[in-house]
Amino acid sequence: MIPEIGHFSLILALLIALVQGVFPLLCAARGSTVWMRMGRSAATAQLLFVAVAFAALTQAFVVNDFSVAYVASNSNSALPLQYRIAAVWGGHEGSMLLWALILSAWTVAVGWFSRQLPEEFIARVLGVMGLVSGGFLAFMLFTSNPFLRLIPAPQDGRDLNPLLQDFGMVLHPPMLYMGYVGFSVAFAFAIAALLSGRLDATWARWSRPWTTLAWLFLTLGIALGSFWAYYELGWGGWWFWDPVENASFIPWLVGTALIHSLAVTERRGLFKGWTVLLAIFTFSFSLLGTFLVRSGVLTSVHAFATDPLRGVFVLVFLGVVVGSALLLFAWRAQQVGLGGSFEPVSRESMLLLNNVVLAAAAGTVLLGTLYPLVLDALGMGKISVGPPYFDTVFVPLMAPGLFLLGIGPIAHWKKASLPDLAARLRWAFAAGLLTALLVPFAMGRWSFPVSLGLLSAAWIVASSMTDLLQRVRHSRETAGIIAKLAANSRSYYGMLLAHIGVAVCIAGITLVKGYESDKDVRMQVGDTVDVGGYRFGLDGLSQVTGPNYIATRGEISVTRDGRRVTTMYPEKRTYRVQNNPMTEAAIDWGFFRDLYVALAEPLGARAWIVRILHKPFVEWIWTGWLLMALGGLLAVCDRRYRVAVRSAQAAPAPEPLLPEAGGAAAR
Amino acid sequence: MIRMLIAVAMLAAASAAALAREAAPVADDPVMEKRLMTLAAELRCLVCQNQTLADSQAELAKDLRNEIREQMRRGASDQDVIAYLVARYGDFVLYRPPLKASTLLLWSGPAILFLIGILLLVRTLRRSRGLAADAPLADAADPPDEALPAAGGEAGRS
Repeated sequence: MIPEIGHFSLILALLIALVQGVFPLLCAARGSTVWMRMGRSAATAQLLFVAVAFAALTQAFVVNDFSVAYVASNSNSALPLQYRIAAVWGGHEGSMLLWALILSAWTVAVGWFSRQLPEEFIARVLGVMGLVSGGFLAFMLFTSNPFLRLIPAPQDGRDLNPLLQDFGMVLHPPMLYMGYVGFSVAFAFAIAALLSGRLDATWARWSRPWTTLAWLFLTLGIALGSFWAYYELGWGGWWFWDPVENASFIPWLVGTALIHSLAVTERRGLFKGWTVLLAIFTFSFSLLGTFLVRSGVLTSVHAFATDPLRGVFVLVFLGVVVGSALLLFAWRAQQVGLGGSFEPVSRESMLLLNNVVLAAAAGTVLLGTLYPLVLDALGMGKISVGPPYFDTVFVPLMAPGLFLLGIGPIAHWKKASLPDLAARLRWAFAAGLLTALLVPFAMGRWSFPVSLGLLSAAWIVASSMTDLLQRVRHSRETAGIIAKLAANSRSYYGMLLAHIGVAVCIAGITLVKGYESDKDVRMQVGDTVDVGGYRFGLDGLSQVTGPNYIATRGEISVTRDGRRVTTMYPEKRTYRVQNNPMTEAAIDWGFFRDLYVALAEPLGARAWIVRILHKPFVEWIWTGWLLMALGGLLAVCDRRYRVAVRSAQAAPAPEPLLPEAGGAAAR
Repeated sequence: MIRMLIAVAMLAAASAAALAREAAPVADDPVMEKRLMTLAAELRCLVCQNQTLADSQAELAKDLRNEIREQMRRGASDQDVIAYLVARYGDFVLYRPPLKASTLLLWSGPAILFLIGILLLVRTLRRSRGLAADAPLADAADPPDEALPAAGGEAGRS
């Protein structure tokens, strides 16, 4: 009964989404306020019905209702409760329902937090989001219904993929979807601006916090995915340039370009066309990512769906969304205008170059991901494009961007002087160079690639600190250092933190790739092996039983210079239902190094092939990403967004439409 | 007597050391094994979704690794092994796509994309510089942005 309620709820949600999509847009075009306000109520109603559907599906999982086909293929009565709930989004259909839920929640949030925006504008934003929502709900109802019944109901389910029975898996899709869906807000803002013909610095200020919020969630989602692959998949790697990983990385790269472009549009009313185009493309790539994952076109670690009808639907949907957005842009672009001017050497030009680098990088990743598909479709043979290709092309492409990271924040708006920049940054460069040259020696072996990577990381940190120092020194505050530091906005510190996060991540990647070591050895109880300065000894092997698996567990003692460091318990699990062997690597986490032990293959009854890895500074990779996300959070919480709300609520001031005047006044 | 005691003590120590045995590497020839794994990391496991030949535990992957090991033992170079695999399985088995006519666009693509970006950048710079009518910014010198007193509610910008 309850699944049917859920199903019906989805149908209602679709109808409401269509209402929410069509009426506000039509009426904004005609100027009728009553029907424009319909957007907010429709959004709330849609959220209600999608939430009911989600709750219905969750209930089916919790009570083990195997008459629902989706539950039967993704759950099992022996599955612990937390994974039964996580299994709701463990497969394709439920994953789409999660998308729809998050989308309707964001729509309501946009409606709530936008009281100070013109009614007409908000109507358009909610309208666009309603249409997108309608598309997803239709996709679900017509091709991926999670509520289909399986009659007669099986005795028990096929269990959730053991790879997904993990806390990281519980968080990773929701975080990613928060990001993808959040970019639909930026997209809706862009379309609304194009439709209304109004695109100015104020629009950028409204759009910025939403876009940064989406970006930070996508950052977290990608970091979680990479981290999860590291500790769960058992091979010690954390990024494989797998098509699904790339599918999330491309919108991230374009989204990063977007938030930087928005900064310029907000500050100086420039790059409006680029910003709108980036907003359209970021969301388009989020949808494309969905298509790549859902249609099973690619061979990858997780292709959820292999049904071609689904692929065609998403492709058509994508075509309609992107095509109409780009057509609208082409039609309205002239009205958007160019804004003020800037010199070839200025913060604007550096941000533009930064965006060129990011866009080229995104294009490269897209090229490498789609190339095998295209060649195959054209009948020109089957090739594989993997990490060797991406590593070779991506790093040189990003290098100029990393160099700019140091200079951009220090450069003046409108006109900067190269000699002045060089003078201000010479110590930072020296510090970077020194770090890059000396640290490899401290690690034991000097190598050019490591040095180069460390140079970029150290350069970013040194130049960021230089900027902060110079701000404090030239601060108009006289009260003291705390007051001087506090004079800088949260937005500034957000930028600082995020940029340092980039540096930390690069340092981690460089050091782990340059200095990691591993050994594959045959171990019996009593054997020892030395890796990375640590001695690992197999003390025992035992059989353990989990809630839905049985496992062989090894007990590995780790010592260094005779002193006990830790004991590690790697496992080889066999989940009862799906019967595949799963490696649960044991990891000793550390700020400066991870120790990673996995039971690879059994050799008879009392011996195993054991894989031991020493990974220096690998945790810096995800720490860096976390810092980036925190930086984004800080930026979103900047005072000016709340000040603007308060002052607008007091007396809505007419916004200047002249971009330059607006920019000057805001300075 | 003392000598016997010493002998017994040494024997005991030796056997204790033997009990805490150094684990043997899986491979018989670690140097060649390293060469094999480096090569296998750039090869595709043909029966997996998306995994390297080095990481895969599939039967075919193990067989292929054994095959390559044999060939290396018989003196094959990396190039010989790659040629052998490509002859049997096609370019699909290589994760580093070979440079040929059909992959020219792939390998030159990144540079081309970057160049196009630079061209657009230069065009935008030229166009923006050409805009004569332009209100100058309020401050030519650049004080730290957030030190400005709150002007019209717009406190703090970066």
